[in-house]
Amino acid sequence: MSVDFGRRVLVVRPHRNVSARLSVRPALVCLVLVLAALAVGVLALGTGEFTLTPSEVLRALGGEGTRAARLVVVEWRLPRVLLALIIGAALGLAGAVFQAITRNPLGSPDVIGFSTGAYTGVLIVTVFVGNGYYLVAAGALAGGLATAFAVYLLAFRRGVQGFRLIIVGIAISAMLSSANQWFIIKVDLQAAFAAAIWGQGSLNGLGWSQVTPVAVTVGVLCLLLIGYGPRLSLLEMGEDAAAALGVRVERTRLAYLVIGVALTAIATAVAGPISFVALAAPQLAQRLTRTPGIALVPSAAMGAFLLMISDFLAQRAFAPTQLPVGVVSVGGIYFVWLLVRQARR
Amino acid sequence: MVLTRTRPPSPVRASAPGAGVAVTQARRGVGLLICLGVLALVCLLSIALGTRNISPGTVWDAFFHFTNTDDQSIVRDLRVPRTVLGLLAGVAFGLSGAVIQAVTRNPLADTQILGINAGAGLFVVFAVGVLGLTSLSQYMWFGFAGVAFALTLVYLLGSAGRGGATPIRLTLAGVALGAVMDGISGGIRLVRPRAFDYLRFWDVGSLAGRPLEVATTILPFVLAGTVLALVVARSLNAVALGDDLARTLGARIGRTRLLATVSVMLLAGAATAAVGPIGFVGLMVPHVVRWIVGPDQRWIFVYTVVCGPVLLLLADIVGRLVVRPGELRVGVVTAFIGAPVLIWWVRRARVSGL
Repeated sequence: MSVDFGRRVLVVRPHRNVSARLSVRPALVCLVLVLAALAVGVLALGTGEFTLTPSEVLRALGGEGTRAARLVVVEWRLPRVLLALIIGAALGLAGAVFQAITRNPLGSPDVIGFSTGAYTGVLIVTVFVGNGYYLVAAGALAGGLATAFAVYLLAFRRGVQGFRLIIVGIAISAMLSSANQWFIIKVDLQAAFAAAIWGQGSLNGLGWSQVTPVAVTVGVLCLLLIGYGPRLSLLEMGEDAAAALGVRVERTRLAYLVIGVALTAIATAVAGPISFVALAAPQLAQRLTRTPGIALVPSAAMGAFLLMISDFLAQRAFAPTQLPVGVVSVGGIYFVWLLVRQARR
Repeated sequence: MVLTRTRPPSPVRASAPGAGVAVTQARRGVGLLICLGVLALVCLLSIALGTRNISPGTVWDAFFHFTNTDDQSIVRDLRVPRTVLGLLAGVAFGLSGAVIQAVTRNPLADTQILGINAGAGLFVVFAVGVLGLTSLSQYMWFGFAGVAFALTLVYLLGSAGRGGATPIRLTLAGVALGAVMDGISGGIRLVRPRAFDYLRFWDVGSLAGRPLEVATTILPFVLAGTVLALVVARSLNAVALGDDLARTLGARIGRTRLLATVSVMLLAGAATAAVGPIGFVGLMVPHVVRWIVGPDQRWIFVYTVVCGPVLLLLADIVGRLVVRPGELRVGVVTAFIGAPVLIWWVRRARVSGL
């Protein structure tokens, strides 16, 4: 018996009792994105003060080549590339989760005030405590999580209606961003400048000590997402439809919110507020894969690719000046190009 | 973008089940009159209150028996220009938000969404950081040009190709372009600390220290934008039903979107140029108004024209009073006054989408 899904579907049946259905186009798109991200990663590993050819990079990664090459590639540059890939994927996933549960293409972790709250936390920490890396990361985490929690509580009234959550989130964000602006006027130029640099988001100065905890936590959250299975696309159909199809709407939405916030929190603590990836990746992925709704895996692949290439350009485009802004601009320009291309068809 | 399709009856109608259309209209009219009264009161307070409180008698004298005392000069030279500017900016920000929400059919939309603030920011950063301009009268027009530039680009991009400007494409184009422009202006700021120092103040927005000429300069733009918005309000009602249905009803969708965009350009451009990007008014006022008067864009627009300046002037007055003798800038206070109202409202009302 075959069902027409309206798209080309590949059935993989490695065993009599195990089978999986793969849509051809999304699978291909994911493959291409991952390969492209890895290719850019290899390129990034080879460029800089100490230039290496791609084959030298690959040999160094395999444990061969000169000691100097291994030191530069594995010890110095690899952590940054890995973090770009992991954080990009995490942001793509977080964006997909939020856009699905708010059912709004503008939905992102920002709608519940996460980034604004994190910024407030960082401002308070840099002004009153100090400017160390872990201090700033802790300030961002505390600010973001406190804000997200406050928004959820304020929106809770016999359950959280998706729309009420957005409005409360916007209201709280507006207040916090006013407070941020007031802070930036009041403090001296030095402190305001330092906070503004953090506010642009950057992967500068990251090493192996960050890779393992980030990889582990993101991995655990991904397992949770897999465990929840198809409920996200059911929620995206609307509360009533989802409830009718057997989803416990309130509980499931809370779980997804927590996962999305946790993913964003990790990314923000490590690299600052790079929220644009979360906004753009699911939309771009949906347009490339032509899936009917927001899909998680393509969003993650797209997020990893976007952050990888943005970081590469931000690092190298105006070398030796390292710009944080590339992160935002590249994704945006690519987005614009895709819109135009789509319009021509 | 429709978030919740169920649209509850407006509280006005719900309070009187079975009331006819005429009664509803009459109630909306009375409500509008009340709002106008509140606006007049707020204007008077804005002239009378501040670092130095001035009695109503002195305010009266300043207009009709001017004898050049200190208090009378304060009223004439500082308070009146500030109040007029607040009035115009409130109308412009509020109404532009309402029009954007109607065009994009997204209740989250405001001037942020269509890249307006980002465009104005980019051009002003360029004027201050690269060209070295430092006085408001010089870079004011850069702000306006930035808004026009951003909106034109967003509209062209959103409407390219088959199908014209759909709400979702406009929104996405606006967000993407806004991010690009924000990125560039952020970059310029980090390279030019002097511009950064200057613009952290511009970013907040303020009504203070602007001569009456600023208000008179933007008056024609605000008037034209308001008239245009009210003219297309009827067609926007049809557009709210979705493109296909609107076309069936005889609305010219493309023309409506274009005119609405031009109106947003005039309103937001003038206001941003004069007082800086003040965000929350355009988001909140149309929202709260929609819950009061229901989904008819004509009523939403008219109410917004009256309630926008109420919020902005109220925020300005509070900003003057809380930290006397200093003041808080109006952009900071607006959200702190508006957001609690919005939260309280969203918790008590059954919420409607758009």
